[in-house]
Amino acid sequence: MQQRNLWTVLSLLVLATSVACGGGETGGDAPAAAPAAPAFDPSTAGNVSGMVMFDGELPAGVELMMNSDPVCAMTATNKTSSTFVGSDGHLGNVFVYVKSGLEGRTFPASSGSIELNQLGCEYVPHVMGIRVGQTLNITNSDPTLHNIHASPATNEEFNMGQPIQGMQFERTFTTPEVMVPFKCDVHGWMNAYIGVVDHPYFAVTGLDGAFSLDSLPPGDYVIEAWHEALGTQTQNVTVATGQTAEVSFTFAQ
Amino acid sequence: MTWLHVYARFLCAATLLLIAAGGMVTSTGSGLSVPDWPNSYGYFMFSFPLSSMVGGIFYEHGHRLIASSVGMLTIGMAVWLWRVDPRRWVRRLGVVALLAVIAQGLLGGITVLYFLPTAVSVSHAGLAQVFFCLTVSLALFTAPGWQRTAAAGPTAPHASSLTTERLGMALPLLVFVQILVGATMRHTGAGLAIPDFPLVFGGIVPPEWTFSIAVHYIHRVGAGLTAAAVLVTVAHLGKHHRDRPEFLRPAGLLTLLVLVQIGLGGWTVLSGRAPVINTAHVATGALVLGTSLLLGLRVNRHRFPDLRHRDAYLAGRPTLAGSNSAPEATV
Ligand SMILES: [Cu+2]
Repeated sequence: MQQRNLWTVLSLLVLATSVACGGGETGGDAPAAAPAAPAFDPSTAGNVSGMVMFDGELPAGVELMMNSDPVCAMTATNKTSSTFVGSDGHLGNVFVYVKSGLEGRTFPASSGSIELNQLGCEYVPHVMGIRVGQTLNITNSDPTLHNIHASPATNEEFNMGQPIQGMQFERTFTTPEVMVPFKCDVHGWMNAYIGVVDHPYFAVTGLDGAFSLDSLPPGDYVIEAWHEALGTQTQNVTVATGQTAEVSFTFAQ
Repeated sequence: MTWLHVYARFLCAATLLLIAAGGMVTSTGSGLSVPDWPNSYGYFMFSFPLSSMVGGIFYEHGHRLIASSVGMLTIGMAVWLWRVDPRRWVRRLGVVALLAVIAQGLLGGITVLYFLPTAVSVSHAGLAQVFFCLTVSLALFTAPGWQRTAAAGPTAPHASSLTTERLGMALPLLVFVQILVGATMRHTGAGLAIPDFPLVFGGIVPPEWTFSIAVHYIHRVGAGLTAAAVLVTVAHLGKHHRDRPEFLRPAGLLTLLVLVQIGLGGWTVLSGRAPVINTAHVATGALVLGTSLLLGLRVNRHRFPDLRHRDAYLAGRPTLAGSNSAPEATV
């Protein structure tokens, strides 16, 4: 009896840890979409352009400690985080895109691929957009190892290694998702964000905070601006033929 | 002290080092820095160049190398026990340890390949502690002191009171549950869900509840319960077993460890989860568990087959038959 007690204790310890992992994932296939609206006549197009501003003084960039990898410490040209970039009240690295208003329309697939480079132990670019189905070409330009770990919520998660300088591989995304975070777990400071959309109307602001979404079909749209630390903002805008609608966003901490 | 016991102690120490190395992987967020498994960036594990162990790879690949070493030590332990130990249940425990370390390696691989799902990572953390307990047990069962108890005469005071025995059984279980809560907190990123210490959002109870806050709070309450249980046990031993240094020594160590552990837990929060502090908290947690298990096994010494059969024989009772068959001459 007592020996059985001993074994019960031991097997309870083992049992307690062999918690089964979560159930299987189910496919996220939505019912087939309604037939696409007819392609619009480009001569009726209008534009959206604008500016993303930051209210107040932009937080100072965090200095990145790279001494855990001597190659990074020696070769990196930028050792400041890219979270807050901009100038004179303008905010860069903001992803701006048409969030709604294009439902039911289809657009010709984009030719060409989008490049995500790992250079100087950072992702170049830090924020970018891509179309659903468009090829993302990921390159390691550094003489050190990187792993590329994308952790999307709806697209397929992946984590791949690029141990050798010059290595490349390609990925595509199947579902619109703003944003898909990318991370290098070797170099904890390396991250990037990719906005996946099913239309061509997206942009990333530069240091001047400017963006433009050109050649939109006339109509009413919701434009969203996304920033990795400041969240999202939306604006409603009406696009008329031959006109450029102005939209501006102001973020603050 | 036999060489087998020295080896068992070494395995125990290596396992503690392995737990600390694994703790560093999670504390530094390096769990996915080597995307493949069992290979490392396409290299066979032992041919991965050391110069490439940069950034997070240093922790993740280093953890894999130490784990492989502990795995091989465990094979050696199981084989050695199987060949020389006359006690069947100890031989079997060696095999259980080997199976546990294999399962642990697989869990580690699975959690990497599936991007650290919480359930798998927490299981990996929990099984690590179970394996550590197995190595502690093997070190104890191969110790001369443990075996001398059986050789001592029938009047040897090897028995203890029922309360002592029950405390000895409950304590490691409580500590283990507390560690599982801590592991859940860690692998759901809830380690800073309550940002202040020792207070909780400036009070005693959180003003709002989320999963993160709840699991963090339970871990803090668990720390209080564990400390209380340790104090009760130590007080009981001090009162009723003052003449048993083999009880009092681990009890004293346990008191010290629990105090250090609570301090390290608070420091982890206040340091914003500094990896070394956080990992020290994990390793000390293993020491608390291992010490409470050691104490629990010692106060239940007479339940083990060798003494149980002998006591029954001396008392003129038939030994328990059943599934465990007749007593072996050599137990
Ligand atoms: Cu990297």
